[in-house]
Amino acid sequence: MATISLQNVTKAFGKNNVIHGINADVKDGEFIVIVGPSGCGKSTLLRMVAGLEIITDGEICINNKRVNELEPMERDIAMVFQNYALYPHMSVFDNMAYGLKIAKIPKNEILQRVNTAAEILQLQDYLKRKPRELSGGQRQRVAMGRAIVRKPAVFLFDEPLSNLDAKLRVQMRLEIKALQKELGVTSLYVTHDQVEAMTLADRMIVMNAGNADQIGAPLEVYNDPQSTFVAGFIGSPPMNFLNNLFAQNQQLDSSAQQAIDRLLTDLPTEVSATLQQQDNDNLTIGIRPEHLSLCEPPTAHLIGKVKYTEPLGAETLLYIEVQNQQTITLRQAGDIEIPAAGDSCFIRVNTALICLFDSKGKRIQI
Amino acid sequence: MDKQVTFNNRYLPYFLLIPQVLITAIFFFWPAGQAVYQSAYIPDPFGLKSQYVGLENFRFLLNDPYYLASFKTTALFSCLVTAVSVGAALWLAVMADRIIKGATAYRTLLIWPYAVAPAIAGVLWLFMFNPRIGLVSWYLGLLGYDWNHVLNDNEAMGLVVVASAWNRISYNFLFFLAGLQAIPRSVIEAAAIDGAHFWKRFWTIVIPLLSPTTFFLLVVNIVYAFFETFGVIHTITAGGPQQTTTILVYKVYADGFVGQDLGSSAAQSVILLLLVGILTIVQFRFIEKRVHY
Ligand SMILES: Nc1ncnc2c1ncn2[C@@H]1O[C@H](COP(=O)(O)OP(=O)(O)OP(=O)(O)O)[C@@H](O)[C@H]1O
Ligand SMILES: [Mg+2]
Repeated sequence: MATISLQNVTKAFGKNNVIHGINADVKDGEFIVIVGPSGCGKSTLLRMVAGLEIITDGEICINNKRVNELEPMERDIAMVFQNYALYPHMSVFDNMAYGLKIAKIPKNEILQRVNTAAEILQLQDYLKRKPRELSGGQRQRVAMGRAIVRKPAVFLFDEPLSNLDAKLRVQMRLEIKALQKELGVTSLYVTHDQVEAMTLADRMIVMNAGNADQIGAPLEVYNDPQSTFVAGFIGSPPMNFLNNLFAQNQQLDSSAQQAIDRLLTDLPTEVSATLQQQDNDNLTIGIRPEHLSLCEPPTAHLIGKVKYTEPLGAETLLYIEVQNQQTITLRQAGDIEIPAAGDSCFIRVNTALICLFDSKGKRIQI
Repeated sequence: MDKQVTFNNRYLPYFLLIPQVLITAIFFFWPAGQAVYQSAYIPDPFGLKSQYVGLENFRFLLNDPYYLASFKTTALFSCLVTAVSVGAALWLAVMADRIIKGATAYRTLLIWPYAVAPAIAGVLWLFMFNPRIGLVSWYLGLLGYDWNHVLNDNEAMGLVVVASAWNRISYNFLFFLAGLQAIPRSVIEAAAIDGAHFWKRFWTIVIPLLSPTTFFLLVVNIVYAFFETFGVIHTITAGGPQQTTTILVYKVYADGFVGQDLGSSAAQSVILLLLVGILTIVQFRFIEKRVHY
């Protein structure tokens, strides 16, 4: 059982700064997912916690004890790698027992611990096999088993599911979540898949180019994104961003102008006040695809043309071009009639749920 | 996709093969045949007539204490050369694999000795260890050690072993380095997290994963020590002192060309031929079955 705290952690490879000071506190037993696009420094951050990369500056504490100078083996952690990193010349049993043997744990206890782990992970029938004789999902389980037999204070996962096919990924995701809850071990989990992040995390750290843009529970991050980056990264399809919606010098026909005016009056008063206060050319309006819906012309907030549609069964995505050649996505239930590409359409906005961002992409709280 | 080369003239391919076939025939099949033929004869001292003796040459050889001693010498020599060259190369490869700064420069330097022909290597080492003018033996003298491999058989053996092994380290080094770099970094890191320190990782992860490379190199180096170290031995010790560095290949030369005992020399060649055959089979067998993790 452990807490982890990162204090202003930075990392530079030579002159190349890749982590620019990250602060986070992880509670005992919490499942934290670090999510962000490729190359943003997720693995580097995780490897610093593991002790596989030197911490350039700042401090990492596990259980309130500074670990910057400790070797990986002294940190009481276990890590699951993206490529599993199993010992290819050892049987499944030996793979799991390796760390225990080094720790000089008595033979019968090793046997018992490995067997228990194998039972949890349904690996009993494979203990004598070599990793090359296993499927991807089984290898993944062995890697998990190797981590859990040691009963570490912290689990670290670096994209453990990214080599699996989509179906297995969903299944393993559930298994990992259940296992972590059962064992109650504090976990850091790196992924670039935002669905994985949403489903697994107690809280998530959304990283962007070496910074932690936002830390919070999945729904909190989804509903209340602190930057355009987070709003665009979390959620699929991403949040719609609209610029210059209310600029004065637009050449709009009368019905479009009426719609815009209607939108302005329907916005919450604080939002329209902010829009009028500031130079609104620089503001970005964000709205989730599910907060848009098709409507009759007299109630429309936006008028556009359907570019193409994606019927997914349970839901349908409509890609619609609105004024200033901006394309937005609208998500509606699958049983609602789908307009044809090229049709004009009338959109109503759930104005209470609009997010405002400043010119730097930072959220304006209202 | 198979690349099918088509010739307009159906005899052209055979024509193009002729040089290689001729070379193999003239320099391998013909002498090998001659050796087998001559091993059954004893020429008279003037080389004018030969007398057919059947397997007599072989019987004589296998009862000749010098020949049997040469077998032992060869075994010892090959084991030492292989151990030294494989061991040193592994050590260098492990070190080179850890270095980050200037890695390519070190690696290039380590590969150079391979370009030195065995005979030249022999001369190099001979100069350094020459009892009278050698630099190293002079320093050893200063330290109070009287180096003279011309008289001392252990020193002689040591010197030919080191010179032969040195020549071979580069080759082994390249294989080991490639082998080390093929081990995924994450496997090593996983072992580190599992609590294994450097040497523990070395013995339990690195060495087992390198074992296919190591086995291959052992066979190749034994073959080398058996058959390709003639130049080193010839330049440094000429088989001496008292035949203590006369390995089988050198004895073929010494008996045949120096001692003029062509029948015995031919019989020895045939025995060597069989040995090469066996070693080659072992090698190929192994390479086919080579374990891939
Ligand atoms: N050993 C290294 N030397 C120099 N630069 C490195 C090193 N490792 C990573 N980097 C750089 O640091 C940045 C972050 O890399 P990192 O591997 O942490 O990204 P990531 O978020 O895990 O990406 P991915 O999702 O693709 O795994 C990248 O720009 C990468 O080029
Ligand atoms: Mg990564």
